[in-house]
Amino acid sequence: MTGGPPVIRLVSVVKVYGAGQAAVQALGGVSLDVVTMDYVAIMGASGSGKSTMMNIIGCLDVPTEGRFLIDGIDTSSLDEQQLAVVRNRKIGFVFQSFNLIPRMSALRNVELPLSYAGVKSADRRRRAEAALHLVGLSDRMNSQPKQLSGGQQQRIAVARALVTNPSLILADEPTGNLDTKASRDLMSVFDRLNAAGRTVVLITHEADVAAHAKRVIQVQDGRILADRRVTEPGALPPLLTRPGVPS
Amino acid sequence: MSPLQTFQFALAGLSANKLRSALTTLGILIGVGSVILLVAVGNGSSQSIQNAISSLGASSITVLHTEGSASGFASSSSSSSSGTAFAEPKDLTVQDAQALAASAGVANASPVVSASETLSLGASSDSGVSLTGTYPTYFPAENDTLSQGAYFTTQEVTKAQDVVVIGSEVATDLFGTANPVGQSVLVAGIPFTVVGVLASKGSSGLVSADNTAVAPLTTVQDQLTGFGTLNDIVVLAKSPGQVTAVEGSITAILDQRHDETSADADFDVLSASTVLSTATSTAHTFTVLLGAVAAISLLVGGIGITNIMLVTVTERTREIGIRKAIGATPGVILAQFLSEATLLSVIGGLLGVLAGVVGSRFQVVGVKPVIVPFSIPLALGFSVLIGLFFGGFPANRAAGMRPADALRYE
Repeated sequence: MTGGPPVIRLVSVVKVYGAGQAAVQALGGVSLDVVTMDYVAIMGASGSGKSTMMNIIGCLDVPTEGRFLIDGIDTSSLDEQQLAVVRNRKIGFVFQSFNLIPRMSALRNVELPLSYAGVKSADRRRRAEAALHLVGLSDRMNSQPKQLSGGQQQRIAVARALVTNPSLILADEPTGNLDTKASRDLMSVFDRLNAAGRTVVLITHEADVAAHAKRVIQVQDGRILADRRVTEPGALPPLLTRPGVPS
Repeated sequence: MSPLQTFQFALAGLSANKLRSALTTLGILIGVGSVILLVAVGNGSSQSIQNAISSLGASSITVLHTEGSASGFASSSSSSSSGTAFAEPKDLTVQDAQALAASAGVANASPVVSASETLSLGASSDSGVSLTGTYPTYFPAENDTLSQGAYFTTQEVTKAQDVVVIGSEVATDLFGTANPVGQSVLVAGIPFTVVGVLASKGSSGLVSADNTAVAPLTTVQDQLTGFGTLNDIVVLAKSPGQVTAVEGSITAILDQRHDETSADADFDVLSASTVLSTATSTAHTFTVLLGAVAAISLLVGGIGITNIMLVTVTERTREIGIRKAIGATPGVILAQFLSEATLLSVIGGLLGVLAGVVGSRFQVVGVKPVIVPFSIPLALGFSVLIGLFFGGFPANRAAGMRPADALRYE
């Protein structure tokens, strides 16, 4: 593996919501490294703290104690402005409920992170088209989200996540709102992205989704319960069906 | 993010809810439109009053008959001293006018009686015509000019002949396009021969200066008003520069002739310049008042923007969360919602300017509005400021949202 810093590193991360009597500890000292090209599933029941982990890894929230580093950058010293830039450059989000912006075409949705990054119009369009091609939706570029199926919307969300060429693709229950067929299609997109060298972190409670990962981490009551390595980060994903570029 | 993109996002945000955006815009439209229109109405009435007064002539002085100081008229020549017994008010007479005409600096003095009468011709009639009985010297003193015929002569006054010079509005009402000169009209039922028609002087707000008729003093006193006091004496100074001096000598002569002091004077001396300055300050107050009322409606429109932007921000909390998750900085979110608010107010402002300009092409309660040029950039500038100011609070709320919370919002 490369000698650079891990893509993400959590050092004794504690997250407490509320204060005084009403304080709830969501994470109780989690330490974790994820290296580049890895494919990690974080599993846990609801209330286990996996959503809090996702918020911290996604720079949407900051730890109460401990440190969180992404690509070697310590986020604890960053303000909201700098965190926004880190989210834009380092992380590609895929959410359970797709979270596309309504009344904007698929292409415009995929272009949006590039707009915030200050990429010029022509370049933006070229890169967004390439990302849409990668998820197999070149023919639906000008459709609005509500004209698309759930599976298509989620693939557009994936295109939006990878268009900025981020260090990490972070997916929170990506198949939660999809049927079996669409789930399978989506997971094969993630498999291929990982095979192409992307670092992927999945948050899920479904075992068959976690089965796609190279490393499975169990979370319970705000702590890591188990950390199981399936294959090495440099290897191909275990369930990769069709290697290479998508059809 | 380029400004162009911020603008495109703002436009997309507004067009997502067209009816709501249109109604909010309407608030600003009405505000800006009414500022421009009402200030124009104020300005228009002030200008027409000024025109009417200056058409009286810069050198003419009017001596009004009053009921003495007790009448409540503030005489321009009276001081605030009081306590002396009031003399019985005396009539203003033709002899007074002759005495004034003989004094230094005076070109002529025309005794005037006036009444409001109905003029009729066959089936058509014109009521509420201001009928003036006077001498021919009245015409130049009042800056009157003829469009047809001639003035009546001093000889006709002496002989108390039934002749009349009519205003242009009366001529149009009674004769239409026909030439009235030489025709006969009934003034309060008495037949008069029209000898001339005055050129139009325009309206001074609510009262038209053209709805007039002028006849010899003797005739009017004889047939209509009786031989009581004159209503006023119109004095023409030899030059505008002598007006102030002549005003003084008029007061002295009349005080002496009426055997009274300035405290209980039974007359009032008014020159065009004194009337003009009073009227101008009144009109100015009127304009400011109208502008203030309109400004309040602009303020209400601005509050409408805050209200609707707060609703928009709440409604789009999740969208704000998504945008932040994919890398929108607080500044970008602030700019987006500020530009939405400003776009609303600027569109409203532009339409308001249009409405104000179009509206001022029509007469409003008898006044022809005259647009004050600076009111347009001022109202537009204010609408931009209103967008920034009233949109600032909702936009700031959007920018300050925590992304994790905003994403969880349903």
